[in-house]
Amino acid sequence: MTTFQLNGSPITIDAAEDTPLLWVIRDLAGMKGTKFGCGIGMCGACTVHLNGRAVRSCITPLAAVADASITTIEGLDPQGQHPLQKAWIETQTPQCGYCQSGQIMQAATLIKDYPNPTDADIDAVMNGNLCRCMAYVRIRKAIKLAAAEMRGSAAHE
Amino acid sequence: MLKRILIGLLVLVLLGGIGMFALAWRPALQPIDPPRASSFPDALVAKGEQLAGAGYCATCHTAKGGQTYAGGFGLESGFGTIYSTNITPDADTGIGRWSEAAFIRAMHEGVARDGTHLFPAFPYTHFTKVTDEDLKALYAYFMTRPPVKAEAKRNTLPFPLSIRALQAGWKLLFFDFDQGVYQAQAGKSDEWNRGAYLAEGLGHCSACHTPRNALGGERTGALYAGAPIEGWLAPALNASNPAPLPWTQDDLYDYLRSGASIHHGVAAGSMSEVIQGLAKLPDADVRAIAVYFADRNGSAAQAANADQALAKAMAMAQRDPGVVPEHGAQVYLSACASCHYNGGAAPLPARPELALSSTINGPDPGNFIHIVLGGIGQKDGMPGAYMPGFGMSLNDEDISALAAYLRGSRTTQAPWNDVPAAVAGARKQSPAAP
Repeated sequence: MTTFQLNGSPITIDAAEDTPLLWVIRDLAGMKGTKFGCGIGMCGACTVHLNGRAVRSCITPLAAVADASITTIEGLDPQGQHPLQKAWIETQTPQCGYCQSGQIMQAATLIKDYPNPTDADIDAVMNGNLCRCMAYVRIRKAIKLAAAEMRGSAAHE
Repeated sequence: MLKRILIGLLVLVLLGGIGMFALAWRPALQPIDPPRASSFPDALVAKGEQLAGAGYCATCHTAKGGQTYAGGFGLESGFGTIYSTNITPDADTGIGRWSEAAFIRAMHEGVARDGTHLFPAFPYTHFTKVTDEDLKALYAYFMTRPPVKAEAKRNTLPFPLSIRALQAGWKLLFFDFDQGVYQAQAGKSDEWNRGAYLAEGLGHCSACHTPRNALGGERTGALYAGAPIEGWLAPALNASNPAPLPWTQDDLYDYLRSGASIHHGVAAGSMSEVIQGLAKLPDADVRAIAVYFADRNGSAAQAANADQALAKAMAMAQRDPGVVPEHGAQVYLSACASCHYNGGAAPLPARPELALSSTINGPDPGNFIHIVLGGIGQKDGMPGAYMPGFGMSLNDEDISALAAYLRGSRTTQAPWNDVPAAVAGARKQSPAAP
Protein backbone atom coordinates (compact mmCIF):
# COMPACT_ATOMS: atom_id res chain seq x y z
CA MET A 1 0.00 0.00 0.00
CA THR A 2 1.42 3.33 -1.02
CA THR A 3 -0.26 6.65 -0.33
CA PHE A 4 0.54 9.89 -2.11
CA GLN A 5 -1.20 13.04 -3.34
CA LEU A 6 -2.41 12.94 -6.92
CA ASN A 7 -3.45 16.34 -8.25
CA GLY A 8 -4.12 17.52 -4.73
CA SER A 9 -6.14 14.55 -3.49
CA PRO A 10 -4.77 11.68 -1.42
CA ILE A 11 -4.76 8.32 -3.16
CA THR A 12 -3.77 4.91 -1.83
CA ILE A 13 -2.61 2.29 -4.29
CA ASP A 14 -2.35 -1.40 -3.60
CA ALA A 15 0.19 -2.59 -6.12
CA ALA A 16 3.71 -3.98 -6.20
CA GLU A 17 6.30 -1.48 -5.03
CA ASP A 18 8.14 -1.53 -8.34
CA THR A 19 5.04 -0.73 -10.41
CA PRO A 20 5.90 2.26 -12.59
CA LEU A 21 4.12 5.42 -11.50
CA LEU A 22 2.97 5.82 -15.10
CA TRP A 23 0.94 2.60 -14.91
CA VAL A 24 -0.51 3.67 -11.58
CA ILE A 25 -1.60 7.02 -13.01
CA ARG A 26 -3.08 5.62 -16.22
CA ASP A 27 -4.41 2.20 -15.28
CA LEU A 28 -5.15 2.40 -11.56
CA ALA A 29 -6.04 6.07 -11.13
CA GLY A 30 -7.58 6.21 -14.61
CA MET A 31 -5.99 9.47 -15.75
CA LYS A 32 -5.03 9.09 -19.38
CA GLY A 33 -3.43 12.45 -20.09
CA THR A 34 0.05 11.16 -19.25
CA LYS A 35 1.41 9.08 -22.13
CA PHE A 36 3.56 6.00 -22.47
CA GLY A 37 6.37 6.51 -24.96
CA CYS A 38 9.59 4.57 -24.50
CA GLY A 39 9.32 3.16 -20.98
CA ILE A 40 12.97 3.90 -20.19
CA GLY A 41 12.93 7.63 -19.42
CA MET A 42 14.38 8.68 -22.75
CA CYS A 43 11.45 10.37 -24.54
CA GLY A 44 9.67 12.52 -21.95
CA ALA A 45 6.08 11.62 -22.92
CA CYS A 46 5.33 10.39 -19.38
CA THR A 47 6.57 13.52 -17.59
CA VAL A 48 4.67 14.51 -14.44
CA HIS A 49 5.61 16.63 -11.42
CA LEU A 50 6.90 15.13 -8.20
CA ASN A 51 6.83 17.72 -5.42
CA GLY A 52 6.59 20.39 -8.08
CA ARG A 53 9.36 19.23 -10.41
CA ALA A 54 9.29 17.31 -13.68
CA VAL A 55 10.16 13.60 -13.50
CA ARG A 56 9.72 10.68 -15.89
CA SER A 57 6.93 8.60 -14.42
CA CYS A 58 7.76 5.47 -16.46
CA ILE A 59 11.01 4.90 -14.53
CA THR A 60 9.68 6.08 -11.18
CA PRO A 61 8.57 3.13 -9.06
CA LEU A 62 5.45 3.44 -6.91
CA ALA A 63 7.48 2.99 -3.71
CA ALA A 64 9.50 6.11 -4.53
CA VAL A 65 6.46 8.42 -4.46
CA ALA A 66 5.20 7.54 -0.97
CA ASP A 67 3.86 10.75 0.62
CA ALA A 68 4.91 12.78 -2.41
CA SER A 69 2.74 15.24 -4.24
CA ILE A 70 2.24 14.17 -7.87
CA THR A 71 0.76 16.49 -10.48
CA THR A 72 -0.26 15.32 -13.93
CA ILE A 73 -1.41 17.36 -16.91
CA GLU A 74 -4.97 17.04 -15.54
CA GLY A 75 -3.88 18.84 -12.36
CA LEU A 76 -1.54 21.47 -13.78
CA ASP A 77 -4.39 23.99 -13.82
CA PRO A 78 -7.90 23.28 -12.55
CA GLN A 79 -9.48 24.77 -15.70
CA GLY A 80 -6.84 23.60 -18.16
CA GLN A 81 -5.89 27.27 -18.52
CA HIS A 82 -2.24 27.20 -17.52
CA PRO A 83 -0.34 29.79 -19.61
CA LEU A 84 1.49 26.92 -21.32
CA GLN A 85 -1.79 25.25 -22.26
CA LYS A 86 -3.14 28.52 -23.61
CA ALA A 87 0.08 29.18 -25.52
CA TRP A 88 -0.01 25.66 -26.95
CA ILE A 89 -3.40 26.41 -28.48
CA GLU A 90 -2.56 29.95 -29.49
CA THR A 91 0.52 28.81 -31.42
CA GLN A 92 -1.20 25.62 -32.67
CA THR A 93 1.83 23.75 -31.38
CA PRO A 94 0.61 20.15 -31.38
CA GLN A 95 0.51 18.15 -34.54
CA CYS A 96 -0.37 14.62 -33.45
CA GLY A 97 -0.36 15.75 -29.82
CA TYR A 98 0.98 12.57 -28.26
CA CYS A 99 4.01 14.17 -26.60
CA GLN A 100 2.35 17.40 -25.55
CA SER A 101 1.37 16.61 -21.96
CA GLY A 102 4.95 15.60 -21.26
CA GLN A 103 6.27 18.66 -23.09
CA ILE A 104 4.01 20.99 -21.11
CA MET A 105 4.87 19.44 -17.74
CA GLN A 106 8.60 19.69 -18.48
CA ALA A 107 8.18 23.25 -19.78
CA ALA A 108 6.38 24.25 -16.57
CA THR A 109 9.47 23.31 -14.56
CA LEU A 110 11.66 25.10 -17.10
CA ILE A 111 9.73 28.37 -16.74
CA LYS A 112 9.75 28.07 -12.96
CA ASP A 113 13.56 27.85 -13.07
CA TYR A 114 14.10 30.27 -15.96
CA PRO A 115 11.24 32.81 -16.12
CA ASN A 116 12.80 34.32 -19.25
CA PRO A 117 14.33 31.28 -20.95
CA THR A 118 16.92 31.64 -23.69
CA ASP A 119 16.99 29.31 -26.69
CA ALA A 120 19.90 27.52 -25.04
CA ASP A 121 17.88 27.03 -21.82
CA ILE A 122 14.93 25.65 -23.78
CA ASP A 123 17.06 23.38 -25.96
CA ALA A 124 18.92 21.91 -23.00
CA VAL A 125 16.01 21.41 -20.62
CA MET A 126 13.58 20.18 -23.31
CA ASN A 127 16.13 17.92 -25.01
CA GLY A 128 14.79 14.83 -23.29
CA ASN A 129 11.24 15.47 -24.58
CA LEU A 130 11.00 14.08 -28.07
CA CYS A 131 8.44 15.18 -30.66
CA ARG A 132 8.19 12.81 -33.58
CA CYS A 133 6.23 15.41 -35.57
CA MET A 134 9.22 17.75 -35.24
CA ALA A 135 7.12 20.59 -33.86
CA TYR A 136 10.16 21.87 -31.95
CA VAL A 137 10.06 25.34 -33.44
CA ARG A 138 6.47 25.86 -32.29
CA ILE A 139 7.20 24.26 -28.91
CA ARG A 140 9.94 26.81 -28.35
CA LYS A 141 7.63 29.63 -29.48
CA ALA A 142 4.84 28.45 -27.15
CA ILE A 143 7.22 28.26 -24.20
CA LYS A 144 8.40 31.82 -24.78
CA LEU A 145 4.82 33.04 -25.14
CA ALA A 146 3.75 31.35 -21.91
CA ALA A 147 6.84 32.61 -20.09
CA ALA A 148 6.04 36.16 -21.22
CA GLU A 149 2.47 35.86 -19.96
CA MET A 150 3.66 34.50 -16.63
CA ARG A 151 6.23 37.29 -16.26
CA GLY A 152 3.50 39.79 -17.08
CA SER A 153 1.07 38.40 -14.53
CA ALA A 154 3.86 38.20 -11.97
CA ALA A 155 4.63 41.86 -12.62
CA HIS A 156 0.98 42.80 -12.03
CA GLU A 157 0.69 40.94 -8.76
CA MET B 1 69.14 -30.70 26.75
CA LEU B 2 66.27 -31.26 24.35
CA LYS B 3 64.03 -31.91 27.30
CA ARG B 4 65.03 -28.59 28.82
CA ILE B 5 64.27 -26.74 25.62
CA LEU B 6 60.89 -28.42 25.35
CA ILE B 7 60.02 -27.60 28.93
CA GLY B 8 61.20 -24.06 28.38
CA LEU B 9 58.99 -23.74 25.31
CA LEU B 10 56.03 -25.23 27.15
CA VAL B 11 56.49 -22.72 29.96
CA LEU B 12 56.67 -19.88 27.44
CA VAL B 13 53.48 -21.05 25.69
CA LEU B 14 51.73 -21.39 29.03
CA LEU B 15 52.88 -17.96 30.15
CA GLY B 16 51.80 -16.52 26.79
CA GLY B 17 48.42 -18.18 27.17
CA ILE B 18 48.04 -16.88 30.70
CA GLY B 19 49.17 -13.44 29.59
CA MET B 20 46.69 -13.45 26.71
CA PHE B 21 43.95 -14.61 29.04
CA ALA B 22 44.78 -11.92 31.55
CA LEU B 23 44.83 -9.35 28.79
CA ALA B 24 41.61 -10.48 27.19
CA TRP B 25 39.66 -11.28 30.31
CA ARG B 26 36.99 -8.85 31.34
CA PRO B 27 34.51 -9.63 34.05
CA ALA B 28 30.85 -10.14 33.26
CA LEU B 29 28.82 -7.36 34.83
CA GLN B 30 25.83 -8.33 36.91
CA PRO B 31 22.63 -8.67 34.84
CA ILE B 32 19.78 -6.48 36.01
CA ASP B 33 16.02 -6.65 35.71
CA PRO B 34 15.07 -4.40 32.79
CA PRO B 35 14.37 -0.97 34.31
CA ARG B 36 10.90 0.47 33.82
CA ALA B 37 10.71 3.13 31.15
CA SER B 38 9.08 5.47 33.68
CA SER B 39 12.23 5.35 35.82
CA PHE B 40 14.05 7.63 33.35
CA PRO B 41 13.33 11.37 33.38
CA ASP B 42 11.80 12.66 30.11
CA ALA B 43 14.48 15.33 29.67
CA LEU B 44 17.23 12.72 29.86
CA VAL B 45 15.45 10.53 27.30
CA ALA B 46 14.99 13.52 24.98
CA LYS B 47 18.68 14.33 25.23
CA GLY B 48 19.52 10.71 24.50
CA GLU B 49 17.33 10.81 21.40
CA GLN B 50 19.36 13.73 20.05
CA LEU B 51 22.60 11.93 20.80
CA ALA B 52 21.36 8.73 19.14
CA GLY B 53 20.76 10.91 16.09
CA ALA B 54 24.24 12.40 16.33
CA GLY B 55 25.66 8.86 16.28
CA TYR B 56 23.03 7.69 13.74
CA CYS B 57 22.91 4.46 15.73
CA ALA B 58 19.81 3.34 13.80
CA THR B 59 21.79 3.15 10.55
CA CYS B 60 23.79 0.11 11.65
CA HIS B 61 21.48 -1.24 14.35
CA THR B 62 18.46 -1.61 12.05
CA ALA B 63 18.19 -4.25 9.32
CA LYS B 64 16.73 -3.21 5.98
CA GLY B 65 12.98 -3.28 6.51
CA GLY B 66 13.47 -4.42 10.11
CA GLN B 67 12.42 -2.86 13.39
CA THR B 68 14.42 0.12 14.55
CA TYR B 69 17.39 -0.75 16.79
CA ALA B 70 16.62 -4.49 16.63
CA GLY B 71 19.92 -5.18 14.84
CA GLY B 72 20.60 -7.67 12.05
CA PHE B 73 22.19 -5.24 9.61
CA GLY B 74 25.15 -6.95 7.94
CA LEU B 75 28.34 -4.93 7.69
CA GLU B 76 30.83 -6.18 5.11
CA SER B 77 34.05 -5.81 7.05
CA GLY B 78 36.43 -7.18 4.43
CA PHE B 79 37.05 -10.11 6.79
CA GLY B 80 33.49 -11.40 6.75
CA THR B 81 30.02 -10.07 7.50
CA ILE B 82 29.46 -8.75 10.99
CA TYR B 83 25.82 -8.38 12.00
CA SER B 84 24.74 -5.59 14.28
CA THR B 85 23.03 -6.56 17.50
CA ASN B 86 19.69 -5.79 19.06
CA ILE B 87 20.01 -2.69 21.25
CA THR B 88 16.35 -2.51 22.25
CA PRO B 89 15.76 -3.28 25.94
CA ASP B 90 14.47 -6.80 25.31
CA ALA B 91 15.62 -8.88 28.30
CA ASP B 92 16.63 -11.99 26.35
CA THR B 93 17.84 -10.78 22.95
CA GLY B 94 18.53 -7.08 23.51
CA ILE B 95 20.28 -5.02 26.18
CA GLY B 96 17.42 -5.18 28.71
CA ARG B 97 19.66 -6.79 31.32
CA TRP B 98 22.50 -4.33 30.82
CA SER B 99 23.14 -1.94 33.68
CA GLU B 100 24.13 1.63 32.96
CA ALA B 101 27.70 0.68 33.94
CA ALA B 102 27.67 -2.18 31.40
CA PHE B 103 26.42 0.16 28.68
CA ILE B 104 29.11 2.72 29.45
CA ARG B 105 31.79 0.02 29.49
CA ALA B 106 30.65 -1.22 26.07
CA MET B 107 30.77 2.28 24.62
CA HIS B 108 34.11 3.16 26.23
CA GLU B 109 35.97 -0.14 25.97
CA GLY B 110 34.18 -2.30 23.40
CA VAL B 111 33.29 -5.00 25.94
CA ALA B 112 29.82 -6.54 26.17
CA ARG B 113 27.99 -6.99 29.47
CA ASP B 114 29.07 -10.65 29.63
CA GLY B 115 32.73 -9.66 29.34
CA THR B 116 33.25 -10.68 25.70
CA HIS B 117 35.07 -8.33 23.36
CA LEU B 118 33.09 -6.49 20.70
CA PHE B 119 34.41 -6.22 17.17
CA PRO B 120 35.61 -2.78 16.09
CA ALA B 121 32.85 -2.69 13.47
CA PHE B 122 31.17 -1.18 16.53
CA PRO B 123 33.14 2.08 16.65
CA TYR B 124 33.96 2.11 20.37
CA THR B 125 37.34 3.55 19.38
CA HIS B 126 35.31 6.73 18.84
CA PHE B 127 32.60 6.29 21.46
CA THR B 128 35.33 6.08 24.09
CA LYS B 129 35.56 9.86 23.71
CA VAL B 130 31.93 10.43 24.76
CA THR B 131 31.33 11.72 28.28
CA ASP B 132 29.61 9.57 30.90
CA GLU B 133 26.94 12.24 31.13
CA ASP B 134 26.03 11.85 27.46
CA LEU B 135 26.22 8.06 27.65
CA LYS B 136 23.77 8.09 30.56
CA ALA B 137 21.32 10.01 28.39
CA LEU B 138 21.86 7.58 25.54
CA TYR B 139 21.28 4.67 27.91
CA ALA B 140 18.05 6.27 29.09
CA TYR B 141 16.93 6.65 25.49
CA PHE B 142 17.62 3.05 24.48
CA MET B 143 16.12 1.58 27.67
CA THR B 144 12.87 3.43 26.95
CA ARG B 145 12.52 2.12 23.35
CA PRO B 146 9.95 -0.61 22.76
CA PRO B 147 11.66 -3.96 23.39
CA VAL B 148 11.91 -6.12 20.28
CA LYS B 149 12.64 -9.84 20.42
CA ALA B 150 15.28 -10.41 17.76
CA GLU B 151 18.14 -12.90 18.07
CA ALA B 152 21.50 -11.75 16.78
CA LYS B 153 22.49 -13.22 13.43
CA ARG B 154 25.69 -15.25 13.28
CA ASN B 155 28.68 -13.38 11.90
CA THR B 156 30.46 -14.97 8.97
CA LEU B 157 33.98 -14.20 10.18
CA PRO B 158 36.33 -17.11 9.48
CA PHE B 159 38.23 -18.89 12.26
CA PRO B 160 40.39 -17.66 14.01
CA LEU B 161 39.11 -14.10 13.48
CA SER B 162 35.85 -15.21 15.02
CA ILE B 163 37.56 -15.65 18.40
CA ARG B 164 36.49 -12.61 20.32
CA ALA B 165 39.32 -12.87 22.87
CA LEU B 166 41.75 -12.11 20.04
CA GLN B 167 40.16 -8.69 19.84
CA ALA B 168 42.19 -7.89 22.94
CA GLY B 169 45.24 -8.05 20.67
CA TRP B 170 43.58 -5.74 18.14
CA LYS B 171 42.86 -3.30 20.91
CA LEU B 172 46.51 -3.36 21.98
CA LEU B 173 47.47 -2.40 18.43
CA PHE B 174 44.81 0.15 17.56
CA PHE B 175 42.98 1.28 20.66
CA ASP B 176 44.37 3.85 23.01
CA PHE B 177 43.07 2.71 26.38
CA ASP B 178 44.34 5.81 28.09
CA GLN B 179 42.87 8.47 25.86
CA GLY B 180 39.61 8.71 27.77
CA VAL B 181 36.84 11.12 26.93
CA TYR B 182 37.41 14.02 24.54
CA GLN B 183 39.54 16.79 25.96
CA ALA B 184 39.01 20.28 24.58
CA GLN B 185 41.93 21.55 22.55
CA ALA B 186 43.45 24.74 23.82
CA GLY B 187 43.62 27.57 21.29
CA LYS B 188 40.42 26.46 19.55
CA SER B 189 36.99 27.99 20.09
CA ASP B 190 34.27 26.35 22.15
CA GLU B 191 32.33 25.87 18.94
CA TRP B 192 35.28 24.10 17.29
CA ASN B 193 35.70 21.86 20.30
CA ARG B 194 32.00 21.06 20.38
CA GLY B 195 32.21 20.10 16.70
CA ALA B 196 35.30 18.00 17.30
CA TYR B 197 33.64 16.25 20.24
CA LEU B 198 30.60 15.37 18.14
CA ALA B 199 32.56 14.42 15.01
CA GLU B 200 35.29 12.39 16.68
CA GLY B 201 33.06 10.85 19.34
CA LEU B 202 29.47 9.84 18.63
CA GLY B 203 29.63 11.01 15.00
CA HIS B 204 32.56 8.63 14.33
CA CYS B 205 33.05 10.39 10.97
CA SER B 206 36.53 9.02 10.45
CA ALA B 207 35.26 5.45 10.75
CA CYS B 208 34.13 5.79 7.13
CA HIS B 209 36.18 8.73 5.87
CA THR B 210 39.62 7.44 6.90
CA PRO B 211 41.25 4.51 5.08
CA ARG B 212 41.96 1.41 7.13
CA ASN B 213 45.05 -0.79 7.26
CA ALA B 214 45.18 -4.52 6.53
CA LEU B 215 43.98 -5.31 10.04
CA GLY B 216 41.06 -2.90 9.91
CA GLY B 217 42.57 -0.14 12.03
CA GLU B 218 42.13 3.47 10.96
CA ARG B 219 45.34 4.74 9.35
CA THR B 220 46.09 7.69 11.57
CA GLY B 221 48.63 8.96 9.04
CA ALA B 222 45.86 9.31 6.46
CA LEU B 223 43.21 10.84 8.69
CA TYR B 224 40.13 11.86 6.65
CA ALA B 225 41.83 11.05 3.34
CA GLY B 226 38.64 9.32 2.09
CA ALA B 227 38.00 5.59 1.90
CA PRO B 228 35.98 3.02 -0.05
CA ILE B 229 32.91 1.67 1.70
CA GLU B 230 30.60 -0.95 0.25
CA GLY B 231 31.29 0.04 -3.35
CA TRP B 232 30.87 3.73 -2.55
CA LEU B 233 33.57 6.21 -1.69
CA ALA B 234 33.42 8.15 1.56
CA PRO B 235 35.11 11.30 0.22
CA ALA B 236 38.15 12.96 1.71
CA LEU B 237 37.30 15.51 4.41
CA ASN B 238 40.76 17.01 4.43
CA ALA B 239 42.43 19.38 1.98
CA SER B 240 42.86 16.57 -0.56
CA ASN B 241 39.13 16.67 -1.43
CA PRO B 242 39.05 17.40 -5.18
CA ALA B 243 35.80 19.45 -5.26
CA PRO B 244 36.23 22.48 -7.56
CA LEU B 245 34.84 24.85 -4.93
CA PRO B 246 36.14 24.72 -1.36
CA TRP B 247 33.95 23.03 1.25
CA THR B 248 33.46 26.14 3.34
CA GLN B 249 31.87 26.30 6.74
CA ASP B 250 28.57 27.46 5.19
CA ASP B 251 28.64 24.73 2.53
CA LEU B 252 29.32 22.08 5.15
CA TYR B 253 26.51 23.44 7.27
CA ASP B 254 24.04 23.45 4.35
CA TYR B 255 25.03 19.92 3.44
CA LEU B 256 24.87 18.50 6.95
CA ARG B 257 21.66 20.36 7.82
CA SER B 258 19.67 19.88 4.60
CA GLY B 259 21.46 17.09 2.72
CA ALA B 260 22.52 19.35 -0.12
CA SER B 261 25.14 21.96 -0.89
CA ILE B 262 24.50 23.97 -4.03
CA HIS B 263 28.27 24.10 -4.60
CA HIS B 264 28.95 20.38 -4.24
CA GLY B 265 25.96 18.11 -4.55
CA VAL B 266 23.65 16.05 -2.38
CA ALA B 267 24.04 13.32 0.22
CA ALA B 268 23.55 9.80 -1.11
CA GLY B 269 24.19 6.24 -0.02
CA SER B 270 24.81 5.76 3.68
CA MET B 271 25.55 9.48 4.07
CA SER B 272 21.80 10.07 3.67
CA GLU B 273 21.26 8.19 6.89
CA VAL B 274 23.89 10.31 8.60
CA ILE B 275 22.00 13.45 7.55
CA GLN B 276 18.75 11.94 8.80
CA GLY B 277 20.42 11.22 12.14
CA LEU B 278 21.93 14.68 12.43
CA ALA B 279 18.45 16.11 11.83
CA LYS B 280 17.81 15.47 15.55
CA LEU B 281 20.58 17.90 16.51
CA PRO B 282 20.01 21.62 17.05
CA ASP B 283 21.40 24.02 14.42
CA ALA B 284 24.20 25.09 16.77
CA ASP B 285 25.61 21.54 16.97
CA VAL B 286 25.49 21.07 13.20
CA ARG B 287 27.18 24.44 12.79
CA ALA B 288 29.87 23.31 15.26
CA ILE B 289 30.61 20.22 13.17
CA ALA B 290 30.85 22.45 10.08
CA VAL B 291 33.26 24.78 11.88
CA TYR B 292 35.44 21.83 12.86
CA PHE B 293 35.68 20.34 9.36
CA ALA B 294 36.04 23.69 7.62
CA ASP B 295 39.09 24.22 9.80
CA ARG B 296 40.43 20.73 9.11
CA ASN B 297 40.08 21.03 5.32
CA GLY B 298 41.67 24.46 5.16
CA SER B 299 38.88 25.79 2.90
CA ALA B 300 39.37 29.37 4.09
CA ALA B 301 42.68 29.43 2.21
CA GLN B 302 40.91 28.62 -1.07
CA ALA B 303 38.03 31.04 -0.58
CA ALA B 304 39.75 33.81 -2.55
CA ASN B 305 39.71 31.66 -5.71
CA ALA B 306 36.11 30.50 -5.34
CA ASP B 307 34.59 33.00 -7.80
CA GLN B 308 37.11 32.06 -10.45
CA ALA B 309 36.55 28.34 -9.84
CA LEU B 310 32.79 28.84 -10.14
CA ALA B 311 33.13 30.71 -13.43
CA LYS B 312 35.40 27.97 -14.78
CA ALA B 313 32.96 25.25 -13.76
CA MET B 314 29.96 27.04 -15.29
CA ALA B 315 31.87 27.47 -18.54
CA MET B 316 32.54 23.73 -18.60
CA ALA B 317 28.88 23.06 -17.73
CA GLN B 318 27.74 24.97 -20.79
CA ARG B 319 30.13 23.38 -23.27
CA ASP B 320 28.52 22.86 -26.64
CA PRO B 321 28.24 19.12 -27.28
CA GLY B 322 28.47 19.76 -31.03
CA VAL B 323 26.16 18.98 -33.94
CA VAL B 324 26.76 15.25 -33.68
CA PRO B 325 27.35 14.65 -29.99
CA GLU B 326 29.41 11.68 -28.83
CA HIS B 327 27.49 8.78 -27.30
CA GLY B 328 28.00 9.91 -23.69
CA ALA B 329 26.83 13.43 -24.56
CA GLN B 330 23.70 12.02 -26.18
CA VAL B 331 22.93 10.08 -23.03
CA TYR B 332 23.47 13.23 -20.99
CA LEU B 333 21.18 15.30 -23.24
CA SER B 334 18.42 12.68 -23.22
CA ALA B 335 18.51 11.57 -19.61
CA CYS B 336 20.25 14.19 -17.47
CA ALA B 337 20.05 17.70 -18.92
CA SER B 338 16.34 18.25 -18.21
CA CYS B 339 17.16 18.37 -14.49
CA HIS B 340 20.91 19.08 -14.33
CA TYR B 341 21.33 21.81 -16.94
CA ASN B 342 22.17 25.23 -15.54
CA GLY B 343 22.19 28.39 -17.63
CA GLY B 344 23.72 31.63 -16.43
CA ALA B 345 26.61 32.31 -14.11
CA ALA B 346 25.56 30.20 -11.12
CA PRO B 347 23.63 26.98 -10.57
CA LEU B 348 20.07 26.91 -9.26
CA PRO B 349 19.53 25.08 -5.95
CA ALA B 350 17.08 22.63 -7.54
CA ARG B 351 19.48 21.76 -10.37
CA PRO B 352 22.53 20.01 -8.93
CA GLU B 353 25.39 21.20 -11.14
CA LEU B 354 27.50 18.31 -12.39
CA ALA B 355 30.54 20.49 -13.10
CA LEU B 356 30.64 21.33 -9.38
CA SER B 357 29.82 17.84 -8.22
CA SER B 358 32.14 16.31 -5.65
CA THR B 359 31.08 12.95 -7.07
CA ILE B 360 32.09 13.65 -10.67
CA ASN B 361 35.32 15.28 -9.50
CA GLY B 362 35.96 12.39 -7.08
CA PRO B 363 38.81 9.92 -7.42
CA ASP B 364 36.72 6.91 -8.40
CA PRO B 365 33.47 6.41 -10.32
CA GLY B 366 31.70 4.29 -7.67
CA ASN B 367 29.43 6.98 -6.26
CA PHE B 368 28.51 8.27 -9.71
CA ILE B 369 27.60 4.79 -10.92
CA HIS B 370 25.55 3.97 -7.84
CA ILE B 371 23.58 7.20 -8.19
CA VAL B 372 22.93 6.68 -11.92
CA LEU B 373 21.80 3.09 -11.32
CA GLY B 374 19.70 3.60 -8.22
CA GLY B 375 18.75 7.28 -8.27
CA ILE B 376 18.19 9.42 -5.19
CA GLY B 377 15.07 8.95 -3.10
CA GLN B 378 12.91 11.75 -1.76
CA LYS B 379 14.26 11.17 1.75
CA ASP B 380 17.88 11.21 0.55
CA GLY B 381 19.85 14.17 -0.63
CA MET B 382 17.88 17.37 -1.07
CA PRO B 383 14.63 17.24 0.92
CA GLY B 384 11.68 16.33 -1.32
CA ALA B 385 13.76 16.13 -4.48
CA TYR B 386 13.90 12.89 -6.38
CA MET B 387 16.03 11.37 -9.12
CA PRO B 388 14.90 8.13 -10.73
CA GLY B 389 17.42 5.32 -11.12
CA PHE B 390 18.47 4.55 -14.67
CA GLY B 391 19.55 0.97 -13.93
CA MET B 392 16.92 -0.46 -16.26
CA SER B 393 17.17 2.28 -18.90
CA LEU B 394 20.88 2.58 -19.55
CA ASN B 395 23.16 -0.35 -20.29
CA ASP B 396 26.74 -0.63 -19.06
CA GLU B 397 28.05 0.90 -22.27
CA ASP B 398 25.72 3.93 -21.95
CA ILE B 399 26.75 4.53 -18.34
CA SER B 400 30.44 4.14 -19.11
CA ALA B 401 30.14 6.58 -22.01
CA LEU B 402 28.21 9.04 -19.83
CA ALA B 403 30.85 8.78 -17.11
CA ALA B 404 33.65 9.41 -19.60
CA TYR B 405 31.78 12.34 -21.15
CA LEU B 406 31.03 14.09 -17.86
CA ARG B 407 34.45 13.42 -16.40
CA GLY B 408 36.08 14.74 -19.57
CA SER B 409 33.84 17.73 -20.26
CA ARG B 410 32.85 18.87 -16.74
CA THR B 411 36.09 18.44 -14.81
CA THR B 412 39.81 18.88 -15.22
CA GLN B 413 40.49 15.57 -13.48
CA ALA B 414 42.21 12.61 -15.08
CA PRO B 415 39.84 10.01 -16.59
CA TRP B 416 38.49 7.34 -14.27
CA ASN B 417 40.02 3.90 -14.68
CA ASP B 418 38.08 0.83 -15.71
CA VAL B 419 34.58 2.28 -15.54
CA PRO B 420 32.86 -0.67 -17.31
CA ALA B 421 34.13 -3.09 -14.65
CA ALA B 422 32.95 -0.72 -11.93
CA VAL B 423 29.48 -0.50 -13.54
CA ALA B 424 29.25 -4.28 -13.77
CA GLY B 425 30.33 -4.59 -10.13
CA ALA B 426 27.84 -2.00 -8.95
CA ARG B 427 25.01 -3.74 -10.79
CA LYS B 428 25.71 -6.94 -8.89
CA GLN B 429 25.73 -5.05 -5.64
CA SER B 430 22.87 -2.59 -6.00
CA PRO B 431 19.46 -4.06 -5.21
CA ALA B 432 17.86 -1.21 -7.17
CA ALA B 433 19.55 -2.31 -10.36
CA PRO B 434 18.46 -5.25 -12.53
